[in-house]
Amino acid sequence: MAPLPLLEVKNLCTEFRTGAGVVHAVDGISYTVEQGETVAIVGESGSGKSVGALSLLRLIPDPPGRITAGEVIFAGRNLLALSEDEMRQVRGGDIGMVFQEPMTSLNPVLTIGRQITETLEQHRGADRAECDRRANELLRLVGIADAPRRLKQYPHQLSGGMRQRVMIAIALACDPKLIIADEPTTALDVTIQAQILELMQRLTHQLGVALIIITHNLGVVARYADRVNVMYAGRIIETGRSADIYHTPHHPYTMALLRSVPRLDRPRQARLDPIEGQPPDLTRLDQGCSFRARCRFAVDQCAAARPPLVPVGAAGQSAACWRSAELAAEAA
Amino acid sequence: MSTPLLEVRGLRMHFPITEGIIARRQLGEVKAVDGVDLTIAKGETLGLVGESGCGKTTMGRCILRLETPTGGEIRYNGVDIATLGRRDLMALRRRIQVIFQDPYSSLNPRMKVAAILGEPMKVHGIVPDARKRADRVRELLSLCGLNPSFADRYPHEMSGGQRQRVGIARALALEPEFIVCDEAVSALDVSIQAQIINLLEDLREKLNLTYLFIAHDLSVVRHLCQRVAVMYLGRVVELASCDEVFENPLHPYTKALLAAVPVPDPTVEAGRVVQPLSGEVPSPINPPSGCVFHPRCPIAVDACKRERPEPREHRPGHWAACSQIA
Repeated sequence: MAPLPLLEVKNLCTEFRTGAGVVHAVDGISYTVEQGETVAIVGESGSGKSVGALSLLRLIPDPPGRITAGEVIFAGRNLLALSEDEMRQVRGGDIGMVFQEPMTSLNPVLTIGRQITETLEQHRGADRAECDRRANELLRLVGIADAPRRLKQYPHQLSGGMRQRVMIAIALACDPKLIIADEPTTALDVTIQAQILELMQRLTHQLGVALIIITHNLGVVARYADRVNVMYAGRIIETGRSADIYHTPHHPYTMALLRSVPRLDRPRQARLDPIEGQPPDLTRLDQGCSFRARCRFAVDQCAAARPPLVPVGAAGQSAACWRSAELAAEAA
Repeated sequence: MSTPLLEVRGLRMHFPITEGIIARRQLGEVKAVDGVDLTIAKGETLGLVGESGCGKTTMGRCILRLETPTGGEIRYNGVDIATLGRRDLMALRRRIQVIFQDPYSSLNPRMKVAAILGEPMKVHGIVPDARKRADRVRELLSLCGLNPSFADRYPHEMSGGQRQRVGIARALALEPEFIVCDEAVSALDVSIQAQIINLLEDLREKLNLTYLFIAHDLSVVRHLCQRVAVMYLGRVVELASCDEVFENPLHPYTKALLAAVPVPDPTVEAGRVVQPLSGEVPSPINPPSGCVFHPRCPIAVDACKRERPEPREHRPGHWAACSQIA
């Protein structure tokens, strides 16, 4: 029997109650993350990729948000059933987080050193000397030179790339088994983005840490992810190994997404092939497929019932489309 | 060659850094743009790329005369725009317009779309009649791919892509010939981004527009532009046709920039070794001596610390500012 996955998300649902109605931000997603693996979650704004990841750590503001169903089995325990105290030990302990905005996710009135040692004290009960030693080691690990001086500095004295390195150091402080990185490089310039992503890849491989990387950048996914979950309107509509998703996509949304980006590695196209229309209003989803209004392959069946995520194509690949097998055969 | 539509010569925009409220002392200056030469021909799209703080937005603002440059000149149709008086400046604004990055903060949340699009026409007195103005608003909306009924909406009732279409319609309201697109598609999701890029291309053809397309996304620039200028710390380090820059980059910074972009193909990426550029962009307050890129440059020699390289034409139309290019 295969060993249990590090993380297993089962039918997770998160909703927000708003004035306009109930928003089903995450609507029954299930996936697994193996030990040491990098899984990317891609999707556009409002597809539920961030809410899905925050729900794993129960960081959804309640009210208005609420996790209404599902299980999050991490290393054998259901995180959704833990007490708030137990949960606090998981966050920053076994699961580290790296957020998008390194400016707003670091505390502006605490030194870098304090923010790293705080994690160590909370989770490991380490003493002062041990904390300082480990903080120095962590900064060196993430490629920050002159660690003793940097530890005394405040976030505003560091550049964006530097701050993101500090975030990574904090995430790694307690030897986590999993890091969740929510758009870790979206706010950074492209040369700094490359530095940070190469660093994260090297460290996660070296330390055997699993990584969930949330992004809208298809290039980043292609370079860094082992497997990909593509989300649309709160659901995973396609999942599989990166190579399979990129070379033989089976969901019309994935196909369209890949076609709509201009690419540096191919001759210039005369015209881009966008996905027409807008993403749906999440308060008004019906029983049908939520992509059908923008889908050029939609048929009557798509309005009648929502297609389930079923295995199709390569091993480990699944798509939620009534016509995926037929479309992939056509494309091949 | 005929005279270019826009000609920028030795443009400098240094912002003073001051201290004190009553007795102001100048502590230094931010050299946002430090000696840039560019030309844009009529009907052309020039891409301006670079990382945050390289001065690309300041360039755009100078061309719009939202900033008064501290040196150099900007000639539009042969006339130096820095010397224009109030009335001539009004006339210039009808011909040069702008599309901003953020469709959330660049539309007044208290105005309906009809008012947002009607205001420039009213200010410039080009469609004084209110009923005709309403017709023109509907026309602009459909030109930009929106249902004319959107005239009655407020910005918050629209998605990001729809707002950006309104931003484009507003830029077109005065029938300009030149548009500065400042990160016009950067804030949009990929599926929507492609829609807006196609719209900008259609409008360029239909209305014979000239664009200065400021962006940091290289693949978008390659798709949309004929020529590209790469900026680093207030200077243009490379300027050439799009094909030249992307197929045959000369400047080490351009090469590093291109290498840093991952392409959406796992097989290509698996075989690609990325050696990210070390360090970060230095401060424009106290830029490095000589070539501003030398502290991060993989091929820098001692001379690069002393001498500022001037742009040289290495191949016809392909300019690069680096002393180490053979």
